[in-house]
Amino acid sequence: MSIRTEPVTINLGPQHPSTHGVFRLRVTFDGETVVDIDPVFGYMHRGTEKLAETRSYVQIVTLTDRLDWVSSMSNNLAYVRAVESLSNIEVPERAQFLRVITAELQRIASHLMATGFLVNDMGAFATPLMYCFRERERILDLFEILCGARITLSYMRPGGVFQDAPKEFWSVLDNLMKEIPGYIDELEGLVTTNEIVLARSKNVGVLTAEQAINGSLTGPMLRASSVNWDIRKSNPYEVYDKLKFDIPVGFNGDVFDRYIVRIQEMRQSLKIISQCIDMIPEGPIRTETPFNIRPPVGDTYSSVEAPKGELGFYLVSDQSIAPYRCKIRSPSFINLSLLREMLIGWKMADLIVILGSIDFVMGEVDR
Amino acid sequence: MTIIKSGEEIVMRINAFCVDSNSKSIGNDIYITHISVNDVIKFLKEDSELDFNFLTSITAVDYVEYIEIIYHLLSLHQNHRIILKTKCYEIYNPIVPSISDLWKGAELQEREIWDLMGVVFSGHPNMKRVLLWEGFDGHPLRRDYLS
Repeated sequence: MSIRTEPVTINLGPQHPSTHGVFRLRVTFDGETVVDIDPVFGYMHRGTEKLAETRSYVQIVTLTDRLDWVSSMSNNLAYVRAVESLSNIEVPERAQFLRVITAELQRIASHLMATGFLVNDMGAFATPLMYCFRERERILDLFEILCGARITLSYMRPGGVFQDAPKEFWSVLDNLMKEIPGYIDELEGLVTTNEIVLARSKNVGVLTAEQAINGSLTGPMLRASSVNWDIRKSNPYEVYDKLKFDIPVGFNGDVFDRYIVRIQEMRQSLKIISQCIDMIPEGPIRTETPFNIRPPVGDTYSSVEAPKGELGFYLVSDQSIAPYRCKIRSPSFINLSLLREMLIGWKMADLIVILGSIDFVMGEVDR
Repeated sequence: MTIIKSGEEIVMRINAFCVDSNSKSIGNDIYITHISVNDVIKFLKEDSELDFNFLTSITAVDYVEYIEIIYHLLSLHQNHRIILKTKCYEIYNPIVPSISDLWKGAELQEREIWDLMGVVFSGHPNMKRVLLWEGFDGHPLRRDYLS
């Protein structure tokens, strides 16, 4: 006797904890196997690009904080660099170093959160996540010393940064630099060789290098698929060309490689920060710019390596105080292009883990 | 450093390959006609010397008289990029060939442009709204949206 089966469609989200925000996925299952998916975006669409057309160039910095709220500093950096390239503003060297230090701290915070949620999605509920949050909290405290805010930082301005780091910032940073390597070792000791983690993540959600390039993936997603591409190396901005660091690259492009690439990137970020602490010169932290910047008519595209991938801003100026068009190339959104390739054919439990390994933030997907 | 390829050199190559693309360059921006988008980009992707194997982003800007679609292409092997632009004067019904057959990554971005800017990409497998809901009236990033 044969048993008749039929596919079942289930709504994952919009308020499912593993979707990291309000992302809805209509999944068709045959038994436990995924046969079709239909992602639904837009629950958090706030029209950032339209809002930017009615705000002055400095005001838009606050909008960029709310894109990827896990890494506001990188968003600020990407945006102010676009404005500077549009209006040819030079940035003092001290400000460049401060930008690199804060952006790399933010990368560590973002990767910690990505790792914590990945392990959370694998079923290790809350405990490893809280380990990650403990360390992220220290970095947020540091940002609070720096600019008074913890999440929506708005620390950077076209032409430099908002204010110089106060004296106590450096001593707290030194302490943190001594302690974070131990934290990462502890996290790795809990996760990397864990048998359950290996069983759930090795050879799951594999993307080949060709697929990753074809899907315009960037960041750890691309590098896990053994493509050595990092904008900090290929097109060095700020002071990255003076610093020594490596680009961690994965081999298989599976969930485990994405995790291990993020862990290694955190160690490289620490290396970058410690070099910056030694090299940072004294001097001004901001070029004087007019209150309302009016860039010359033209357009520019400028991108940085944000924790999640290439974050780019395409700005068009018509010489008024607000941009004519502000397009955000958000890594989280474009990294979701290959959902179908990654998810179809896997079991329901793997689907959650693969989604966790992409590390997307809905504020940036929906904008 | 990522080099922005000089427009003139690329335009010569494109014109030799595809006569009706009518391409010209202003600075580093390369302008082509919107009907030849797919052919030209396919040539740029497959030519072994130019080797633009990575699509960074697709954008559209509404300049009231025309809509400009901007493609940022990148070569991961040779570390150079170009800015390819095309103007579409039929602003009430702009139709541009889709490049989603060349890059899977173009699919979501083209859907986003349809959603917010109202450009139809012919040959796209799933031309639906992505950020706004089905049945939403108008395309918010158009300059005439509020009037």
